[in-house]
Amino acid sequence: MSVPNAPDVVDVVGASNAPDVVGSPDDPNALGAPDLSGASAIACDPVREAFRDPVLSRELLKRIEQLAEPLTERIARPVTLMEVCGTHTVAIARAGLRSVLPSTIQLVSGPGCPVCVTSNADIDRIIALTHVPDVIVATFGDMVRVPGSSTSLQQRKAEGAPIEVVYSPLDALQLALEFPKQQIIFVGVGFETTTPLVAATIERACAQEQTNFSVITAHKRVPPALAALVDDPEVAIDALILPGHVSTILGEEPYAFLAREHHIPGVITGFEPVDLLQGIAQVLEQLIAGEAQITNAYRRAVMPQGNPTARAAIERVFSVTDANWRGLGAIANSGYSLCEDFAAFDALRRFSPEVEPTVEPQGCRCGEVLRGILAPSACPLFGRACTPSHPVGPCMVSSEGSCAAWYRYRIG
Amino acid sequence: MCLAIPALIETIDDDRMAIVDILGVKRRVALDLVPQALRGDFVLVHAGYGIEVVSHEFAAETLDLIREFPELAGQDS
Repeated sequence: MSVPNAPDVVDVVGASNAPDVVGSPDDPNALGAPDLSGASAIACDPVREAFRDPVLSRELLKRIEQLAEPLTERIARPVTLMEVCGTHTVAIARAGLRSVLPSTIQLVSGPGCPVCVTSNADIDRIIALTHVPDVIVATFGDMVRVPGSSTSLQQRKAEGAPIEVVYSPLDALQLALEFPKQQIIFVGVGFETTTPLVAATIERACAQEQTNFSVITAHKRVPPALAALVDDPEVAIDALILPGHVSTILGEEPYAFLAREHHIPGVITGFEPVDLLQGIAQVLEQLIAGEAQITNAYRRAVMPQGNPTARAAIERVFSVTDANWRGLGAIANSGYSLCEDFAAFDALRRFSPEVEPTVEPQGCRCGEVLRGILAPSACPLFGRACTPSHPVGPCMVSSEGSCAAWYRYRIG
Repeated sequence: MCLAIPALIETIDDDRMAIVDILGVKRRVALDLVPQALRGDFVLVHAGYGIEVVSHEFAAETLDLIREFPELAGQDS
């Protein structure tokens, strides 16, 4: 992962077979993760191939160039589109979209990487649990290398702390069955895509009366963060590229306020070059027409109403709470804690670990990168003091972090 | 982190656990969040759970719409 690659422009001009396995919980090294690296296997999916079609991509690029020209004359600066999904960050970088789009379109990344937006205080709490006797901390792979105030899970593992990387919360529940004398603590990090499956796993643990399983939660809600971003006077966004799989759960309605109250168009889109280019074309059309709507360019995976069963699972298990985001600070109603019915599964309540005082990393400007007001390469530490092999901040640690994506694909 | 991969459901047991085929790889996933999913459906799998039944009908419709772009715009492709 630490070896930089040139941007894979081929993805736009010719279909790529690069594996989609880009990070936790899709970490290929994770316990039980499927091996999807076989290019020939991937080529068998006709739908995916169609959304990588180079002819369609070229047509869409041509269309975008035509749309961008009059628009940039009108607003006298590049049109700024923000994506807020780490998988989009990586997909855009890997496809080399920045190098083929007209220079009048600026793509910026927002707070779309759940690991990156996890505050140092939350990371310190997770690390504190590794000091509790007879526990096994089970986590998605991306969290392992993220530095807290003085150490990381990786360092704790090197010191002998039992830390298991898992692909699914179900794998953590399985560990609880296999190790009845140990306490298994699952690290619940992620947006609305991940929260319902952690909720479902807690319900399964409850149903099977699994007393040696608990969860530390740092789950976040995307819409309140978008509200905070568009209210931030330093952040200038003309349109939003909305997350694909968060929207699979949420549907279209939770974004309606962006169009209605802020007159900012948004498009829900997928992750192949054709998906992304089509989404960009759709929001440019709206900007030209002076319209603001939330459109859905990912209907094959996002129903207008989202997934009500998944949202119901979240509501049964979690309560909405205020949360602290790295870079964005405290945002009202932007997080989840376990509700009273499931409080027995709250690892912090169960073990009350002693947590060290929080110290923020010196010189790290992840906060500004996460708000899209500083390009990763404009940070003085980028590529010098801070690299994927020696990361200072989480945006360089997570494979979905903007800094890691810019470093890996040599952008900037 | 929010990556999800389409997978074909091959079998479903009484506990709503399914064996799925993800591009040739067999895996066990939970269908708690997709009660409508049936054997033979494609589900989007995220971290061991199906999170949506994928609509190939909508995929075809999206592609058809995009292919019509140049005509819609009144320009040559």
